[in-house]
Amino acid sequence: MNQADLPRWATAFALPLLNLFSALLVAAGVIYLLGESPIECLGILINAAVLNPEGLGYTLFYAATFIFTGLSVSVAMQAGLFNIGSEGQMYLGGLGLTLVLLWLDSSVPGWLLIPLAMLGSAVFGAAWAYLPGYLQAKRGSHVVVTTIMFNFIAACLMNFVIISILVPMGGQNTSSRMFADASWLPKLNSILPVLGETPLNISFVLALVALVIYGVVVWRTTWGYQLRATGLNQHAAHYAGISISKTIIITMMVSGALAGLAAVNSIMGSTHYLPLNFPAGAGFIGIAIALMGRQHPVGILLSSILFGALIQGGFDLSLEKANIPPETFIFIQGLIILFCGAMENLYAPALSALLKRKEK
Amino acid sequence: MQPAVEFQQISKRFGAVQANRDVSFSIAPGSIHGVIGENGAGKSTLMSILYGYYRADSGKLLINGAEQHIRNSQEAINLGIGMVHQHFMLVENMTVLDNVMLGTEGGFRLKPKRHEVEAKLREICQRYSLEVDPLATIQDLSVGVQQRVEILKQIYRSANILILDEPTAVLTVQETASLFEVLRLFKEQGKTIILITHKLQEIQEITDQVTVMRGGTVIGSVATKDTTTAQMAEMMVGRPIVTQLPRAAYAPGDTVLEVKDLNLVNSQKVSLLKNVSFNIRAGEIVAIAGVSGNGQSELLEILSGMRLPTSGKLQMQGKDLPFAGRKDADGLPATFRDLGIAHVPEDRLRDAVVKNFPVMMNSFLGYQKKLGKSFGLLDYKSILKNCTDLLAKFDVRPADPHLRIALLSGGNQQKVVMAREIAANPKLMLVGQPTRGVDIGTIESLHTRLLAMRDAGIAILLVSVELEEVRALADRILVMSSGAITGELKAEEFDATEIGCLMGGIHTH
Amino acid sequence: MFDDFQFSSILVSTIRNAPVLMFAAMAGLFAERSGVVDLALEGKMLAAAFVSAAVAFVTKNPWLGIMAGVGISAAIALLQGFVSITQKGNQLVAGIALNIALSGLTFVVAQYFFQQGGRTPDLGEARLFDIVLPGSAAVANIPFIGWFYTRLIGGHSVLVYLAFALIPVVHWVLYHTRFGLRLRAVGENPHAADAAGINVERTRFMAMLCAGVLCSFSGAYLSIVQSGFFLRDMSAGNGYLALTALVFGNWRPLHTALGCLMFGFFAALQVQIEGVVFPGIGKVPGSLIQMIPYVVTVIVLAGLMAKSVAPKAIGQPFVKSR
Repeated sequence: MNQADLPRWATAFALPLLNLFSALLVAAGVIYLLGESPIECLGILINAAVLNPEGLGYTLFYAATFIFTGLSVSVAMQAGLFNIGSEGQMYLGGLGLTLVLLWLDSSVPGWLLIPLAMLGSAVFGAAWAYLPGYLQAKRGSHVVVTTIMFNFIAACLMNFVIISILVPMGGQNTSSRMFADASWLPKLNSILPVLGETPLNISFVLALVALVIYGVVVWRTTWGYQLRATGLNQHAAHYAGISISKTIIITMMVSGALAGLAAVNSIMGSTHYLPLNFPAGAGFIGIAIALMGRQHPVGILLSSILFGALIQGGFDLSLEKANIPPETFIFIQGLIILFCGAMENLYAPALSALLKRKEK
Repeated sequence: MQPAVEFQQISKRFGAVQANRDVSFSIAPGSIHGVIGENGAGKSTLMSILYGYYRADSGKLLINGAEQHIRNSQEAINLGIGMVHQHFMLVENMTVLDNVMLGTEGGFRLKPKRHEVEAKLREICQRYSLEVDPLATIQDLSVGVQQRVEILKQIYRSANILILDEPTAVLTVQETASLFEVLRLFKEQGKTIILITHKLQEIQEITDQVTVMRGGTVIGSVATKDTTTAQMAEMMVGRPIVTQLPRAAYAPGDTVLEVKDLNLVNSQKVSLLKNVSFNIRAGEIVAIAGVSGNGQSELLEILSGMRLPTSGKLQMQGKDLPFAGRKDADGLPATFRDLGIAHVPEDRLRDAVVKNFPVMMNSFLGYQKKLGKSFGLLDYKSILKNCTDLLAKFDVRPADPHLRIALLSGGNQQKVVMAREIAANPKLMLVGQPTRGVDIGTIESLHTRLLAMRDAGIAILLVSVELEEVRALADRILVMSSGAITGELKAEEFDATEIGCLMGGIHTH
Repeated sequence: MFDDFQFSSILVSTIRNAPVLMFAAMAGLFAERSGVVDLALEGKMLAAAFVSAAVAFVTKNPWLGIMAGVGISAAIALLQGFVSITQKGNQLVAGIALNIALSGLTFVVAQYFFQQGGRTPDLGEARLFDIVLPGSAAVANIPFIGWFYTRLIGGHSVLVYLAFALIPVVHWVLYHTRFGLRLRAVGENPHAADAAGINVERTRFMAMLCAGVLCSFSGAYLSIVQSGFFLRDMSAGNGYLALTALVFGNWRPLHTALGCLMFGFFAALQVQIEGVVFPGIGKVPGSLIQMIPYVVTVIVLAGLMAKSVAPKAIGQPFVKSR
């Protein structure tokens, strides 16, 4: 099962696509068992998510969030860390930007307010990832289980903060008050009116910028080199004078910051207040994206758009088909993580044999 | 009389590598048969086929005259074949008893068989003077005793054909002598012993018959008494070995490295380095000879900053090396590098390279901080240029900077590592097992490079288990045994026997 | 303040909370001692909880439900084994993937069959009820002994007794049988086991099967005994708490069980503290109390409670290295 036997195009494109296709095939099978036609569902999904301009706007809106959580998980993976905590880090990121906005949104102009709020979300997200990183680096506690625990702790903590502290007096909703207009991110439908009433906003542009920065930093800087060396071979990284502890801690913080920034899109771009449980699984989707996109900027972008389409199409689908609730897409997400992340070599021997036969 | 084992035209290929080609020879029962060859000669593959780990692509294998197709290790065991591996196959946190019972438990419940097995083990230990306590836990035993446990396992399983793979690599001189006594006892009892080794002395000492392999084929199979070490060496290597390389006169300069009372105690309170003291001057090669596992690896780790000592003083050109007050060695190698210490690690694939990176990205491993442009960006243009120059200068093949380094041969990988460290213009060069897993032609070129560095005034510390290498390169030789320096010789005082004794722990001063 | 604090009911609750973790932890013990990281305890638990509740509801028989739960959990464990052992895939990712997939799938299937928002209907009579030990009526009024016999030792459902009875059984299997010896060897040094003629992959699959069977009881306990129905994501992190109990217990049966009891104790404490007015602080908010088990987990994982050594070969797929 040696991936080294296969040419790069096979490992970078063919295998991931085969794995993705397998996951979708299984999903189609389950949909069929639920009494629906997979083809029909696919049609509804594509229509709702891509062909309809407003739907496309929603797809890209979700994709923007997923790009950030996907980057969060990808950065950590480059260092060999499996950060499951993006969900909690995003949640805390929401708290960070909320605190900034609650404090400053009536006194500070938009051009300063928005960056400050984004800074708040990044800082809080980074802070939430710091302790798992520190424990892994200094005490060897496995970052997978600690970040899972921090997700649960975040849920409890935020529950308390939102309900007991942030809900305005006499408020009915489990959320903070609305933020001032100055904090509302400009929507893209002002430039592209064809998008209709979608929350697609400049966060999408920021997400693209983040992808570029990620690509440059990881592959073209010294820090990125140290990051990748640590992830590939800790012994050699230590030999090379790289501080493994520092790399782990800083990487987790960067990862947390990226997850925190994911909150900017949904809160400052759409709801304009901090609701309970707003991450709604985006952090876990980030894991699927990092694995499916193989931690590559282009892969992350394409996977994010795909998942955005799944979520957007999934909503519409669940409205039309009672047997396909939105939770179906959580199931599909799990399948994708399974096939793309744990079964990468499933088709490698077959592909290898096929190529060898063609060579003869 | 039927041969105990007979190989007929055995061939085995792994991808592009023909590990065994038409190997044919036979092993007489009740004899000790040596199989000798360098790394990559095909000895291990052949024995793996005998023990059922691999199936041969073609050819016949006969055990006691009958053709056999051994599909797994269980079938080999059933045929009376036992193997003592180079890396022990023992479960460290279990007792000797449990390790022996593993695989032959004789029933779902363990208790009934335990007493029986314990009694039998004690009886075997008596018969062969093995001195092993069945109730001891493996991790509490010394390496020599652990090996005896491995042998015990095989005897318990009624092995009649015993394969020993490089058994003396980790033994002291005394332990080796004990082992050979045991082997002689086995031979008297009619057992067949196959000894895989690269040590010519051992072949002479204990074997009846020796088969020499090279490049996957059998070069010759002769009675030991009918050949000499020189002849065997030549068969093994294929051409006369050049042992003397040109070097400048010995004129060492100032002291570069001073090591004083270096001690290392590990977490199990075992003392790995005991008051090690020595110095290295500019323009000299100090070689540390000794069997693996006597503290040399730990010494290199400490001197390169990869590990902290428990106590002791290290001075580089008169200044203390900055490891005092630290809790761990995280990031320390960078500081040592800045002070002019370069390191070619013993374990190349684990420490010296990132095997999934291309050659280009490995060509500056350890020196990545020096290559930044503004904003921390890597200067790829000059990295590529430097790398290409390096590959040409050191004759690395294939000379492709973008090739994954894992795809290069061991020798070429080592050239890249060596090139990288030399290019850093160090004042002190630490070199561990530089020619392990390296082909003969490359060995010579690496040795030439090291001598050139020495002539240019760089201080070099060489750690090697190969006495020939030590003799070829060293100006001064230190011998380590059990974590202490047991003796020092000048190059011209080189005496293999004396060094052997020193390796065995006999101090001369 | 402490009038509200019923220490006796905390103890009883601890006994009743522990089995969920104990079954899962024993399951994880088998898997991890053989060298396979089992992050999918959560998923297996959830799947078993749903299937056993669903089948129990339909057949009105809790035992058929439990058997069905065993079946599904074992099947998932074998799938997990295929991915981790045969395909040599990343075991951490496989575990997380299964948890996420099953979280979604159990809801969808529950919705499909029962149309009640992803849960099963109340099981009503098809549950396992508390066992009254013989002679309980006679001793009921004796102070302390009465409580001890009728509430603490007696009066639990059969699965509770099974969970505790399992501890010595697991210990015996692990340390005094051929299967256990081979399993431990495979988890510490698979190459040694292989050299001794043991089929490493098959042993690990057997271990996964045991894990699947044991974990199913955890799920069945949740839905059939504790709540009486299946609810989405009702495993609520217990799978990960069980893993932490393993770390706490150094992968040894008795110590791990103690870890489970500890978590059970905190869960019971949690319920008691809610509504209690502390001097100076007032009432502690429910959501903050809910944090306690997770915080304790982090403390254990930080190595602040015990030093633990995992099976040496854990998480590394076995590749014959020749």
